[in-house]
Amino acid sequence: MNYIYELHRTMMSQKLILVYDGDFTQETTKSILSMAERNLDSSGEDSGTKRKVFNVMVEALQNIVKHSSEQGLQAGSLVSKSAIFMISKDDKRYCVMTGNPIPKANVTGLTKNLEDLNSKDKEGLKEMYKDIIKNTQISEKGGAGLGFVDMARKSGEKLEFSFSSMDADYDFFCLKVNISREKE
Amino acid sequence: MEILNLKGTEDTPTILLDKKNGIFEISGRSLPEDSAEFYKPVIEWINAYATAANPTTEFAFKLEYFNTASSKLILDVLSALEEIKGVKVIWYFHDDDEDMEEAGQEFSELVEIPFEFKTY
Repeated sequence: MNYIYELHRTMMSQKLILVYDGDFTQETTKSILSMAERNLDSSGEDSGTKRKVFNVMVEALQNIVKHSSEQGLQAGSLVSKSAIFMISKDDKRYCVMTGNPIPKANVTGLTKNLEDLNSKDKEGLKEMYKDIIKNTQISEKGGAGLGFVDMARKSGEKLEFSFSSMDADYDFFCLKVNISREKE
Repeated sequence: MEILNLKGTEDTPTILLDKKNGIFEISGRSLPEDSAEFYKPVIEWINAYATAANPTTEFAFKLEYFNTASSKLILDVLSALEEIKGVKVIWYFHDDDEDMEEAGQEFSELVEIPFEFKTY
């Protein structure tokens, strides 16, 4: 039973205010959003910060929903369901963090995308956003390919990411998006 | 022409398109699971309206929040509006919501429609 206390201690030390691990759907997205929103409201957070956190949460959650449905029919349930979403909060910032399995074949492309995003400044991201919105159709899974760009814009900081090998076919993709609580 | 009236939910906006009374408004939150499916009837309604539009059309966006998948569809709505003579977009935003104001400005740069910005 020790792991219960260990987990609790980890959550405290990492200043996690919300952790969800499991299956992700639009319904769970809505529940997580409303829980997080209540938390932000009750803490009297600045409305601008609140909106940015909400914004990043939606894109992060819908990214997982989209990708878990893509993988839903293949592989074992371990892969299709083992995604995680969490938010931490300290004096300076909120961090929206996600982890989900992605096929190893997609790692290089995703890394390139994210590095490309991280190399851009505010204006560069804005141009990228306008370019994508003008020139792409909504993908079958309902994504416009804008999620990461929007998260980077709302964050104003670099997107942090890493990959851990799960098995021969999948890597676990971890993403961390920081949202400053300090006024610009 | 039939009125299109969709009541908002926690993840879809309220939509009221009423030719007779000259009310055209999308308001609330937009983060549907399938944005293309959700906005399909809206775009179809506008395309039908365009064939017999009122002399002037003030189309109001009063959005509190929209996700990126919706932003693509909002651009599609605006593109459909471009076909209408005498159309104007009224883009509302909370007076402390710079991101929503900027989003409106970006849309205005992507289509040939006059935008008016108002706070609420």
